[in-house]
Amino acid sequence: MTSLRRLLQAFVLLIGMVSAVVAGPYEDALPKFAADSYADTEAAIGAVAGSGHAQALNLVEALRDGRLMVGAGQVYIRDAAGQFVEAATGRSMEAPVGAKPVRVNNRVRRAVEAALGSMTLLSPDAGIRLDAARAVFRSRDAAALPTLEKAIGQESDAAVKGALESARAAVLLAKPDASSSDKLAAVETLRARGDQDALALLSSLPEGTPAGVSEAAIKAAEGIRSRLALWNAVQNVWYGISLGSVLLLAAIGLSITFGTMGVINMAHGEMVMIGAYTTFLVQEAIRTHAPGLFGVSLFIALPLAFLVAGLIGILIERTVIRFLYGRALETLLATWGISLILQQGVRTIFGPTNREVGTPAWMSGALEIGGLSLTYNRVAIVIFAFAVFATLLLVLRYTSLGLYVRAVTQNRRMAGSMGIRTNRIDALAFGLGSGVAGIAGVALSQIDNVSPNLGQGYIIDSFMVVVFGGVGNLWGTLVGAMTLGIANKLLEPYAGAVLGKIVLLVAIILFIQRRPRGLFALKGRAVEA
Amino acid sequence: MLNVTRRHLMALASAALVSGAVMGTAQAQETIKVGVLHSLSGTMAISETTLKDVMLMLIEEQNKKGGLLGKKLEAVVVDPASNWPLFAEKARELISQNKVSAVFGCWTSVSRKSVLPVFKELNSILFYPVQYEGEESERNVFYTGAAPNQQAIPAVDYLAKEEKVERWVLAGTDYVYPRTTNKILESYLKSKGVKAEDIMINYTPFGHSDWQTIVADIKKFGSAGKKTAVVSTINGDANVPFYKELANQGVKATDIPVVAFSVGEEELAGIDTKPLVGHLAAWNYFQSVDTPENKAFIEKWKAFTKNDKRVTNDPMEAHVIGFNMWVKAVEKAGSTDPDKVIDAIVGVEVPNLTGGTSKMLPNHHITKPVLIGEIKEDGQFETVSQTDALVPGDAWSKYLDGSKDLIADWKDLKCGNYNTVTKKCGA
Repeated sequence: MTSLRRLLQAFVLLIGMVSAVVAGPYEDALPKFAADSYADTEAAIGAVAGSGHAQALNLVEALRDGRLMVGAGQVYIRDAAGQFVEAATGRSMEAPVGAKPVRVNNRVRRAVEAALGSMTLLSPDAGIRLDAARAVFRSRDAAALPTLEKAIGQESDAAVKGALESARAAVLLAKPDASSSDKLAAVETLRARGDQDALALLSSLPEGTPAGVSEAAIKAAEGIRSRLALWNAVQNVWYGISLGSVLLLAAIGLSITFGTMGVINMAHGEMVMIGAYTTFLVQEAIRTHAPGLFGVSLFIALPLAFLVAGLIGILIERTVIRFLYGRALETLLATWGISLILQQGVRTIFGPTNREVGTPAWMSGALEIGGLSLTYNRVAIVIFAFAVFATLLLVLRYTSLGLYVRAVTQNRRMAGSMGIRTNRIDALAFGLGSGVAGIAGVALSQIDNVSPNLGQGYIIDSFMVVVFGGVGNLWGTLVGAMTLGIANKLLEPYAGAVLGKIVLLVAIILFIQRRPRGLFALKGRAVEA
Repeated sequence: MLNVTRRHLMALASAALVSGAVMGTAQAQETIKVGVLHSLSGTMAISETTLKDVMLMLIEEQNKKGGLLGKKLEAVVVDPASNWPLFAEKARELISQNKVSAVFGCWTSVSRKSVLPVFKELNSILFYPVQYEGEESERNVFYTGAAPNQQAIPAVDYLAKEEKVERWVLAGTDYVYPRTTNKILESYLKSKGVKAEDIMINYTPFGHSDWQTIVADIKKFGSAGKKTAVVSTINGDANVPFYKELANQGVKATDIPVVAFSVGEEELAGIDTKPLVGHLAAWNYFQSVDTPENKAFIEKWKAFTKNDKRVTNDPMEAHVIGFNMWVKAVEKAGSTDPDKVIDAIVGVEVPNLTGGTSKMLPNHHITKPVLIGEIKEDGQFETVSQTDALVPGDAWSKYLDGSKDLIADWKDLKCGNYNTVTKKCGA
């Protein structure tokens, strides 16, 4: 047995020596991947990327995707189909026993990104070239400079060309032996680019940068800073609108149940939570039965969430709330109890831990406009909130249900005398408010926890919005939500999240002292009713 | 209508109380009772329910081995419902009514502080399994989670050394654990030569859900040209929206890594982890640790919960260590009398799940390895750094002015806050 192993070792050694004779830097680097040390892996990536070997790109990509395997001291690449290929020769292999992927950490990931950047600058795909340019911008690898020049020379896509030029500027500024005029041109390129990354680069020039260049860089950085400060104000307003639309979504259902029906519904937040859990269930079903539909899972969840939350709302109204009309305190306590029951119910069924609701690809990432960065999920939620608001406004204004609801709100007894079944309208209005809370849950599942406590975080804010905006008025809810959202986000950078919230609460209390009926007070007979 | 129901309820409740008390006395002769004081409802249920399950598993397992001192163990589970004053009431109920021999429980520091007077007054034992801010050592409490020197400081050291981080964002939820930990870290970083302008401290309320401004601030802070990292003591539910916002604004771990002290396998179970790959966490245990002990534990856990997807986490391991230490100490003392167990347990050694042997120290903290892990795509952690030796927990931080002279020693000095300069206890 021992002799066999020794023979084997000798054989391996022999092969190693033979291959070392013909081997280039690529083959020399391979054993380092098998050493299971991050530093060795990092060094090997650099060597492979610089080797110009035909397999190099394939290998680095495999490492990025966790497909670079090590088994018995040898390195293999597993392709997408699960086939193993020997990294050294490119020959197909049987899957080696006990092969494990090469371990990566952030350091290795950075090296992989930089290597892929410098290797794919000349890729035929514009998207890949753009990523490559960005990677080189971050890595500032001087070795990539010749390729970069060549890429800039033959680039036709304006966006990619801009990115390539920024990358060249970054490399030149980091390169000690680049000429001053080159460096000055680089500073100018970055000044024109004018974003946070450019600022970071300009304020971290390496030691030994000529004095003239440093001065130009400091001046350029100043310019970028004042420009960004301006964008920053716009950005804060956007954050405010985005927070405002979340508040609007959470509060708009309440503005029907509380605003027009006068029911203090503490279980409103739980309707939002139920909507979020419906989204979770829909996604689970899609994941197991029709993965292709995942992109539209939220649209499928919307009507279902409306129905589920709306039906539960009607159930609560019929079984509890209708006995308590006109007794605000008892309604408050009863609905508080219902909210606890619903929370614990969900906790028992789904468990206390968060449930994962995925974000469809079209809602991930951010849109860059000038100095603004608008994340797609927030944009979607803002649009969605306004759409819900408009729909609800139309329903109340132009449908017979809306007419009845308004009539009952304004004068219950008169509406009853006119033949409106006020009982039924109460139930439907409560169902509508709860259903709208349910679809708010679909949207909130994208930015918050889907846990039994989801609703609790929104209930206080929702009441605040409705009371501030003026009870019984949808427009008041809109203005209230936006005002609170924007005020909150403008205060936050100065006061911090905790103090900002306190300041806002105090301001609302003072405001309610002056105008107890909120921003848009209902006038006329409805007030006395 | 209402009156009848209320009377019914009262009758039911008192009946339940009486029968509970009767059953309690009837069984007290044959079993040793172990109290489990974890929230099963309310906001903390997300984390604490798992710990209750782990205790039930450990007790069942011990009973299969023949119990303790020839008696069966019996778990007494109560629900303090994430309500801090209720923790104290439930603790009192466990100790005086149910006569438990030891209690395993609490998660948040405020719940621990709330039960402390009860454990002192009634002289019982509490095993506290969660990483916490330190600055405490009580005779009746055993801290099996990490002290700051077993989690926060090694994590910062790792980032400074491996990621060459020079600029630090200390982001936390606004309560005692993050505030104390950040105070210790700030003082530690300054002692390492980090300038005040390179440290940004930010607090947010519990359950904070709108992270747009803060993530944008972090990005801005990180664009000063120096490598930046975020040290997160953000607690519980607020983490999910925080990580979602990081992913959406494109903050990648290769640019600005986030190292978290309160995010484990359980918390990650609710997030799509693909955009988070490479962000870090510092703990004393990861489910991915490849040791035979851990493998066996995970198998037992999955079998016990009958759920193949249940994850394990650090506070669970702390309960495993704490429970085994208590069992050993009771065997050593030959009794469950708290005074005897408190004396016997110091110096007790039990194997932990990461391949080492943890020991109970005279300051009632234990020795633990420190592991730094990076989040993987499957929601598990890849250990990227592990201390060679086990790190003994410090009850009092060396980096705070108020506590650097203090030590705790319940074996010889019989004191939880002995001042080594004035040579006095409690000064």
